[in-house]
Amino acid sequence: MKKIRDKAWYALFVSPLIFVFTTVVIIPFIIGIGYSFISWDGMPLNEKTFVGFDNYIRLFVDKRFMTSAGHTVLFTIFAVLLINVLGLFFALLVTSKLKARNAVRTMLFMPYLIGGLILGYIWKFIFTDVFKSIGELTGWTKVFFSWLLDPQYALAAMIVVTTWQMAGYIMIIYINGIQAMPEDIIEAGKVDGAGFWQTLFRIKFPLIMPSFTISLFLTLSNCFKIFDVNFSLTGGGPNNATEMMAMNIYNEIFSLSNYGYGQAKAIIFFIAVAIITLIQVSITKKREVEM
Amino acid sequence: MKKVIMIIVEMITVVICLCYLFPIYIVLVNSFKNRQELYENMLALPQKFSFDYFTKAMSKMNFTRAFTNSFIVTVVSIAIIIVLASMTAWMFVRMNNQFSKFMFMVFVATMIIPFQTIMMPLMQVMGWARDTLHLPMLNTLGGLIYMNVGFGASMAVFLFHGFIKSIPISLEEAATIDGCNKFKVFWKIVFPILKPTTATVIILDVIWIWNDYLLPSLVLSGKELRTIPLSTASFFGQFTIEWNLAMSGLMLTIIPVIVFYLAAQKYIVKGVAAGAVKQ
Repeated sequence: MKKIRDKAWYALFVSPLIFVFTTVVIIPFIIGIGYSFISWDGMPLNEKTFVGFDNYIRLFVDKRFMTSAGHTVLFTIFAVLLINVLGLFFALLVTSKLKARNAVRTMLFMPYLIGGLILGYIWKFIFTDVFKSIGELTGWTKVFFSWLLDPQYALAAMIVVTTWQMAGYIMIIYINGIQAMPEDIIEAGKVDGAGFWQTLFRIKFPLIMPSFTISLFLTLSNCFKIFDVNFSLTGGGPNNATEMMAMNIYNEIFSLSNYGYGQAKAIIFFIAVAIITLIQVSITKKREVEM
Repeated sequence: MKKVIMIIVEMITVVICLCYLFPIYIVLVNSFKNRQELYENMLALPQKFSFDYFTKAMSKMNFTRAFTNSFIVTVVSIAIIIVLASMTAWMFVRMNNQFSKFMFMVFVATMIIPFQTIMMPLMQVMGWARDTLHLPMLNTLGGLIYMNVGFGASMAVFLFHGFIKSIPISLEEAATIDGCNKFKVFWKIVFPILKPTTATVIILDVIWIWNDYLLPSLVLSGKELRTIPLSTASFFGQFTIEWNLAMSGLMLTIIPVIVFYLAAQKYIVKGVAAGAVKQ
């Protein structure tokens, strides 16, 4: 009797969430794999033809998709480096003995909360009109022109905005790591005669390695999956020069109406993200054993 | 000597911060200007502070409506996520059978699926539910809330699961002996202890749901249902040339975020750090 009652409580507690979760995540994921093997334009009345692995073969010779993959990798590498260097630098500033440190932390973290879409629109104005007017005022037209019209500078603009958004977020993680450092080890180093740089590189950096791993992979997966900033800042332009993978998939499905083909891209995208995440998990696990 | 260095560092820091907030300054000063004044000098302070453009942007964006929609979606989604995920995680920990272990693994594993991978089939499933089962899943706030709960489930279960494992079971056993049923044990004893994790989940989900663009853009097509990111995007589609009006619109969308941030800064910073470290 008690066992049955326990089971009933169990079902009552867990089934609502499992039901919602299954219908929103699990079922679409599974039928999504099925969609990637068909050719379909999204119209309910039009027929869906099974094409086997054709979609997957096609995407590897699709120049636009491959270019967007290349841009995504390039963008991710630069953005991850910049975000982490700046985030760590900010964290060191905020944890120093500065009087303004709390105000500084407040200000630097703010962009993260505003959200990629709104940030993209703000910076769109800056990179086009404000830059042009600064260029006219100062005469430095080599640097201050409409960045979003030049393919390379538009990609750089994406990196700048993403860095601006994420550096404050990563700073918070580094601050946590720095504050968890045992004071006595640093004191012991100072007593033994370590200078500022020696303390920084030989004692502080090794001690914050765990936060470094977390930050690295958070930024890695966030940058790789970027969509909002891409959508509002450049819209993929000029001439698809800044179209990242997430946006390429979105356009393939909802603008070009290649539902099956676009879904095959989405599955490849998932596999790429999964590989990055699995590498992350294995590295983090290894480190935990060492600590 | 040391004092001089500190003063220099302090000054550099202030300069960095001012540079960092430069874009927000640009939005703020230009949101008060008319078109001509904006193009004369974009960096200068406005000559007079008129709120005309704010009221104009407000009515063009249908701001109060969008704010209400965003507010409803955020609050209701998070309330449901908190209630369902905490109950589920508690049962997973306390009745750690094969099914619990398996489902917990599924919840965690699906966290890596990018949204782009399920967005199209999800719309097909919801379209089917609307056409065949006559459920109002598309183009309703309720449908969006339902999907938010599905997408927020994994992380919430994961965070609650981690915390519940560290709570000793003795209190719950005592309450059971005193005649409490599972429902009472959970809500009277366990849920209040979960407060720190509840705060973390709330903060992370507010940041995500309030700013989410892609999912709402696929689910909601009606003008009246637009959330703040949707109304901003459609506003920019139409009025990109009128930058001064656009700046007032952007300022409107930023103000609630800044107010929320300044009011709950301590919790936000803690929550974001806790969420990141556990992921």
